[in-house]
Amino acid sequence: MSEKLIEIKNLKVIYDTDEEKVQAVNGINLTVNKGETLGLVGETGAGKTTLALSIMGLLPDKIGFIKEGEILFNGIDLTKAKEGDLRLIRGEHISMIFQDPMTSLNPILTVGEQISEVLELHRKELNKEQIDKRVEEILKLVGLAPERKDDFPHEFSGGMKQRVVIAIALACEPDLLLADEPTTALDVTIQAQVLEMMKTLKSTFNTSMILITHDLGVVAQTCDRVGIVYAGEIVEFGTVEDIFESKYHHPYTVGLFGSIPDLTTKTKRLKPIEGLMPDPTDLPEGCNFYPRCSKCMEKCKTIAPKDIVRNGHLIKCHLFDDRNA
Amino acid sequence: MLRYIGRRILMMIPVLLGVSFIIFTIMEFTPGDPAMLMLGENATASEVNELREEMGLNENFLVRYYKYIKDAVKGDFGISYRNKVSVSKEITSRLNNTLKLTTLGVLISVVIGVPVGIISAVKQYSIIDYTSLITALILTSLPAFFVGLMLILLFSLHLNWLPPTGADSWKNFVMPAITLAAASMATLIRMTRSTMLEVIRQDYIRTARAKGATENRVIYKHALRNALLPVVTLIGLNFGTQLGGAIVTETVFTMPGLGSLMIAAVRTKDTPIVMAAVITIAVIAGFINLFVDILYTFIDPRLKSDLVKN
Amino acid sequence: MITEKKNKKMIKKKNRFLSIVFRFKKNKLALFGLIIFAIMVFMAIFADFIVDYEIDAIKQNMQNRFNPPSKEHFFGTDNFGRDVFARIVFGARISLFVGIITVGISLFFGVLIGATAGYFGGKVDNFWMRIMDVFLAIPQMLMAIAVVAALGTDMFNLLIALSVSQIPRFARIVRSSILTVKGQDYIEAARACGTSNSRIISKHILPNAIGPIIVQATLNVAITILVISALSFVGLGVQPPTPEWGSMMADSKSQLRYHPYLVIIPGIFVGLTVMSLNVIGDGLRDALDPRLKN
Repeated sequence: MSEKLIEIKNLKVIYDTDEEKVQAVNGINLTVNKGETLGLVGETGAGKTTLALSIMGLLPDKIGFIKEGEILFNGIDLTKAKEGDLRLIRGEHISMIFQDPMTSLNPILTVGEQISEVLELHRKELNKEQIDKRVEEILKLVGLAPERKDDFPHEFSGGMKQRVVIAIALACEPDLLLADEPTTALDVTIQAQVLEMMKTLKSTFNTSMILITHDLGVVAQTCDRVGIVYAGEIVEFGTVEDIFESKYHHPYTVGLFGSIPDLTTKTKRLKPIEGLMPDPTDLPEGCNFYPRCSKCMEKCKTIAPKDIVRNGHLIKCHLFDDRNA
Repeated sequence: MLRYIGRRILMMIPVLLGVSFIIFTIMEFTPGDPAMLMLGENATASEVNELREEMGLNENFLVRYYKYIKDAVKGDFGISYRNKVSVSKEITSRLNNTLKLTTLGVLISVVIGVPVGIISAVKQYSIIDYTSLITALILTSLPAFFVGLMLILLFSLHLNWLPPTGADSWKNFVMPAITLAAASMATLIRMTRSTMLEVIRQDYIRTARAKGATENRVIYKHALRNALLPVVTLIGLNFGTQLGGAIVTETVFTMPGLGSLMIAAVRTKDTPIVMAAVITIAVIAGFINLFVDILYTFIDPRLKSDLVKN
Repeated sequence: MITEKKNKKMIKKKNRFLSIVFRFKKNKLALFGLIIFAIMVFMAIFADFIVDYEIDAIKQNMQNRFNPPSKEHFFGTDNFGRDVFARIVFGARISLFVGIITVGISLFFGVLIGATAGYFGGKVDNFWMRIMDVFLAIPQMLMAIAVVAALGTDMFNLLIALSVSQIPRFARIVRSSILTVKGQDYIEAARACGTSNSRIISKHILPNAIGPIIVQATLNVAITILVISALSFVGLGVQPPTPEWGSMMADSKSQLRYHPYLVIIPGIFVGLTVMSLNVIGDGLRDALDPRLKN
């Protein structure tokens, strides 16, 4: 029986600027178990990054608010935790890596200084020599030469920079790693290397991971369970097998898979999903996906669909509502 | 590293030559005959011509320029048309006050301007932010000499705390230095604020927060050092601007300095002094900027590491 | 067909212009500055209709000296009995005239030099930029003083003195706009289609450069007004009895203790004019590229 590491209950997050209110996350429920990798898939703007930032408590100041819900981690509700407590958790228990390695590192500090900073913050019992040693160890682990700890970020390539970012994130062996599109900005070949390295590290440290991506291929390679995110909601959730091999899917998931170009068949045009994601300041009544759904029914326009679960596979759609069958 | 410094100094020389050439050319247009000026109206034509030959004034333009530079490099800037004293002596006697004043002015502008800019950025849209922005706006809009006059009105004429003229004690330098600092302070506040705001929005600041760093650490260790780099260059430029501003400030506060010397020399058409004064100030400004550039490479590790490795 | 395309382009251009205007309008401080500046311009243009030059601004009236502000003389009278308000109004004309003409001249030459350097590159670029560096190395005030020292203080010389030191700034802006655009691929594409040089300049380069140039021009008018008032203050600028705000303050310097209004009023007018220009310039900068704002 796997142990729950982090549990998100009915999370609602808004961005409140002077001009508009953006409903970024609209009632997400999630659990991540110890040692597992959860993939979050969805288009840009679906709310995945907002979700990750909410866990870390790093929503933009004065603009981002957690309106409702709980994030339970180690017995604490992170939504109600004080900033001081959150700082103790960041970097030590929960780490986050971001999408663009080119800008994620401070250009005027050496790579070694940036890695040792995490250790200085959370491993106060270590002296300088021990920290230095640990920095070299970690550099080796991510596949970089330990002598390079005195080099500056601009002396590294994109892929190597991302390895440094991962090194920083894993330096204190966190329980949970939030990876927001960690390989999107990298070449495909480098991408494979970095993913492989992350997998190894994950099993070495038994770190759980929430991997945010829009790439289904990456999901297939690395994830245990997957959540499909649309307009701030989880519309489908299950194990990797559920998502890739089950017969039943949310229409959006069908669209996602269908829009992947298939090299084996001859087609004239790609098959995108019609339409665009709804305006997050003005979400439609009923199902968020109905304007783009080929299987849309009358009730979809006015009644929001509920979560329907069968054998651990969740689909948020009226099609699977028992009363419909 | 030394080679880099050497190269930069070498690059400065053509610019300095250019400056001197331009000033020399401009002064060429001054009407009147210096020899006649020096000998007075009653001099005979042959006396005047004799003096002209002696001073080398009959040679052509380029030859005169070349000779001027040759002498200038050795420190000889000729003699004043008015009182026949060595120009370099006049200049050096006044330079002291001007440099003291300008240095003090730059210091004040940095000590007040930079921290205010930082606080403004960190507490954006707060009352402190708006106040400092409005203050900066007012300071850049008011002419410096007006600020000086207002300071005199308040601190000399009404409160009687500080002397309005002269250069004898440290008290004489307070108001002029503040006057000089006013406009520079404003530009520093604005620039520091805007670079800080830009830096705070960068991704690596988010990374630092994600590590669990305190806000103070994020500001001081990560944001500040990155934001201050362009500010350093501005401080160097401000020195040059303040040297120019010293000219007027010395007039407002009747301070004996290079600026007031220059203005008097302009009024009496004492060309050698005007030239030497302008060139001196331009050279000093040039060296300060060079110094700042070199300093920049020391404090920006990206440039330093590239240099060291090459 | 072709007119349809042209129409679409016109609409797009108009939309871009309108959105800039819209953003500018939202900036209340900039609007305030615009109003103040408009008042100054009004004063400058209609000076003759508001007050009489000879009688009020120039003619001395020694019995009427040092009257504080009153109904008859809005800003009082100065040390020669002249109406301060009249002198202020005409002073606006001088300041704005000098400011705008100076910037006009330096703009013209700056754009010419910058465009040449940026477009032709190589040795031409190097040559001109070295010259610009030399001029930039001389602080503005210094340059003005040197020119005045040599040529005297009549208006023509003053304009030259002031504009010469501003040319490098404009040259740099134009040059860097050109260099940015030059590097883009679409220029290669345009050239591959056989587009002529002048068309490339007018269609691609100028629209990009115009924004920063206008912003710099506005700010430079402000700087020029400050410099001319400083020059006049030390006696090297506009000569008496022509009313200029800086020389008005110089005249009244000795009266600071007993009649401070003679110094304060011209000072405030300089400050207001310069401030309004600064604020307009900032507003234009923000309106042109809102990404730069926070």
